[in-house]
Amino acid sequence: MATQVIMPQLGESVVEGTVTKWLKAEGESVEEFEPLVEVNTDKVDTEVPAPASGTLLKLYVDEGETVEAGRLLAMIGQPGEEVPEAPQPVKHKAAAGAGNGKAKADRASQPDAGRKKGLGFISPVVARMAAEHDVDLSSIEGSGRGGRITKKDVEAHLAKGAKAPAAAPWEEAASGELFRPTEEIFKKPAKTVSTEQGEVVPLNTVRKAIAEHMVRSKHTSPHVTTVMEADLSRVVRHRSENKATYARDGIQLTFSAYFVWAAAQALTEVPIVNSSWTDQGVLQHRSVNLGMAVSLGERGLIVPVIKGAEAMSLRGLAQAIGDLAVRARQAELKPDDVQGGTFTITNHGTSGSLFATPIINQPQCAILGVGAIQKRVVAVETGGPDGVTDSIAVRPMVYLTLTFDHRILDGAVADHYLAKVVGRLEAWT
Amino acid sequence: MAEVTLIEGLRQAMDEELARDDRVFIVGEDVGPRGGVFRATQGLFEKYGAERVIDSPLAELSIIGVGIGAALYGMRPICEIQFADFIHPAFNQIVNEAAKMCYRSNGEWTVPMVIRAPYGGGIGGGLYHSQSVEAFFAHVPGLKVAIPSNPHDAKGLLKSAVRDPNPVMIFEPKKGYRLIRGELPEDEEVLVPFGEAAVTRPGRDLSVFAYGMMHHYCLQAAEMVAQEGIDVEVVDLRSLLPLDRKTVLDSVGKTGKALVVYEDNLTGGFGAEVAAIIADEAFEYLDGPVRRLAGPDVPAMPYSHPLQDWFLPDPEQIADAIRQLAGF
Repeated sequence: MATQVIMPQLGESVVEGTVTKWLKAEGESVEEFEPLVEVNTDKVDTEVPAPASGTLLKLYVDEGETVEAGRLLAMIGQPGEEVPEAPQPVKHKAAAGAGNGKAKADRASQPDAGRKKGLGFISPVVARMAAEHDVDLSSIEGSGRGGRITKKDVEAHLAKGAKAPAAAPWEEAASGELFRPTEEIFKKPAKTVSTEQGEVVPLNTVRKAIAEHMVRSKHTSPHVTTVMEADLSRVVRHRSENKATYARDGIQLTFSAYFVWAAAQALTEVPIVNSSWTDQGVLQHRSVNLGMAVSLGERGLIVPVIKGAEAMSLRGLAQAIGDLAVRARQAELKPDDVQGGTFTITNHGTSGSLFATPIINQPQCAILGVGAIQKRVVAVETGGPDGVTDSIAVRPMVYLTLTFDHRILDGAVADHYLAKVVGRLEAWT
Repeated sequence: MAEVTLIEGLRQAMDEELARDDRVFIVGEDVGPRGGVFRATQGLFEKYGAERVIDSPLAELSIIGVGIGAALYGMRPICEIQFADFIHPAFNQIVNEAAKMCYRSNGEWTVPMVIRAPYGGGIGGGLYHSQSVEAFFAHVPGLKVAIPSNPHDAKGLLKSAVRDPNPVMIFEPKKGYRLIRGELPEDEEVLVPFGEAAVTRPGRDLSVFAYGMMHHYCLQAAEMVAQEGIDVEVVDLRSLLPLDRKTVLDSVGKTGKALVVYEDNLTGGFGAEVAAIIADEAFEYLDGPVRRLAGPDVPAMPYSHPLQDWFLPDPEQIADAIRQLAGF
C-alpha cells in the first residue's frame, strides 16, 4: 500500500510552507529518511525526509507552490501501484494546538469535534464522516434531538457538494473596498516587465517575504521614531577588559551583547514596550524574546530570536548571539529560531549608518536601531568649587533610534524606555 | 405453491425427513396417536408406526437423555418438549451432555439430535405455557439454536436441523402456529441454513432486529411509521446460534440506528447479546444509542389477559420505540 508524503507542520504556529525544490523526481527510488524535498517557511529552509523506502510514484505540488501543513505532497510505493490522481483529503490527526492557529488547523482536529462547544453531541458516525470527507461541522445545521448534527444532516450536506461557504457575501464584514481609490480596485493586471528599460532580477522567497512584511507592517502600525545618543565609554572599557577572558571560553564578546542586555533589562522596567496590539487590549508578553536582525548579504535579512533574554547574563547573551549569527549565515536556523519574538534590535550601524527609522517587526510594539559607534567631540560638564564648568571631550558615542507603534505607546513612554536603555549603557561597570 | 400454517410447515418437515432417512424418529409426550397437542405430528404415527413416532412418559429429562443415547448410537432423534417451559428438567442433559459430547470426545462422539419446543406467550398460557428459554441455550457453545417466524423457515430450519450433525434446538413461536400462514413450494426441497438472517423489509433510517412473533409485530410497526416518513429496515434473525453477524452489522452500517426487539425478559435476553455486538463492532457507524425493547424483568408472564398484553411488546410499543430512536 503506497505511503503518503505529508507537508509537516514546521513550527508551533506555522500553517503553511513553500515547496522550493524537489530533491527527487517522479519515478526515482528513495530510501526512508533520505531528504526528499526542500521547503521554506518564514524565510527558513528545511528538508522533509522520505517517510518510507520505495519509488516516488507521484508528485502533487510544484516547486514554488505554497501549501498548508497536512497537505498531500507525494506518494511513495511500488512501481505500478495505483495512486490517486489529485491530492486526496489527508486524514488529519488532532493538531498541536496553539490558539492562534488558522481555520485550516482547526479543521484538522475533527476527532475532538465532539467536545467542540456549540456543536452538541457528535455521534460516532458523524465524527467519522466529517473526518473522511473533510467537512467543517460548524457549517452544518443540526436537525437531531437538542439540535445535534445527525448522519442525515451530514449526508445532505455532502450531497449539496459541500465546500460552499456558509455565509452569503453580503453577510460578511466588508473590507473597506468602497473607500479605496477606484484606480487601485480596477487596476489592470500587471504586464510582464519589458526588458527595454533594464534587467529584471527575479524575486527569491526571502525577498518576497520581506517585501510583504514591510508593506504590511507600515499599513498596520503608525510608525514614530525617536532618537537618543549614548556615551559608550564605560562599555568600551568593559569590553576591552573582558574580551580576552570571554574568547578563552570560545565566546566572542561583541557590542551587540551590551545593547541586547540593556534593551532587555529596560523592557523589564517598562513592560508596555514588550507587547503586541490586539483588539481586546495590549498583550504584554511575559518573557522578553529579543530578535536580532542579521544581514545575509544578497539573500536578505533574517531575525533569529533569543528567548527569555531578560533572564540572561551578558555572557549568556554573547554566547547566544554568536551561535544564532553563525547558524543564520550558514542557513541552519530552524523555524522556531525565528518565531515568537517580542522586541527586535537592528544593528544598522555596522554598515556605517548613524541613525535610521527601522520598520517594526509585526506583531511587536517597537524596534531599536543601533547606529555606528563613532568617536565624537562632546561637551561635558565638570563640577568645580565655583560651579559647573564646560569642557570638550572625545567619547565613543552611538545614536539609538526607537521606532514604536503609536497605537500602543505615546512619545513620553517611548522616550522613558529609550532613556532607560541609554542609562544602562552609560552606567556600565 | 400452497399456503400453509406454520404448524403445517413443521409437520411437512418431519414427514419428509422420516421418509428420507430411516434413522430419523420422533419421541415426545403425546406425539403418537394423539398427533401432538398442537397437531405438529398429526398423521405421522399412522404413516410411520410406533417405532418411529414414540410416546414418552411425562419425563423431559428422559426424553432428552434417550435422544442423546440414540444419537450417540447413530440414530437421528427429533425430541419434542411439549412446552419450552418444561425443558428445565432436561437442562443438565442438554448443556452438560449433548452440548459437550463432541468437544469432550475430541470429535469421536457426536449428538445429531433435534430438540423442538413451542415457546412464547400471548395465548393465555400463564406462567408455564408462555416462557422464552432461548437465552439459556444460545449461551452454550456446542448447541445450535434457531427460531423460525413463518412456515417456510419453520420447514427449512427443521429439515436442516435433522441433517445437522450437531444438537440443534428449534423453538417455535406457538402464537404463530396457526396465525402465521405462508407459501410453500410443493415439489421443491425447502432447506434454510443456520447462521443466515433475513432482511424482510429493506430500509434506510433505522434497523430493527427480531425473531419469532416479534418479527411480525416489527413489520407491522414499520408500516405504521412508514406513513410518518420513517423508513425502517426489519431483519428476522432466524438463527440465534450461530448468529448472522454480517447481516446485522451491514444493516446498522447502512442505517446508523439499531433497535432489538424480543419478548423474553429484558435483562440477559438474547437480544442483549445482539445489542452488545452492534455497540462493539458497529460503533463508528452509530448515529444513536443501541436500544432494546423487550419483556419486563418480571418472574413470569401473567395469566390475566390485560397483564399478559402489558407484558408482551406489541406493534404500537415497537412503533413508539422506533419514533424515539429515529428522532434522536
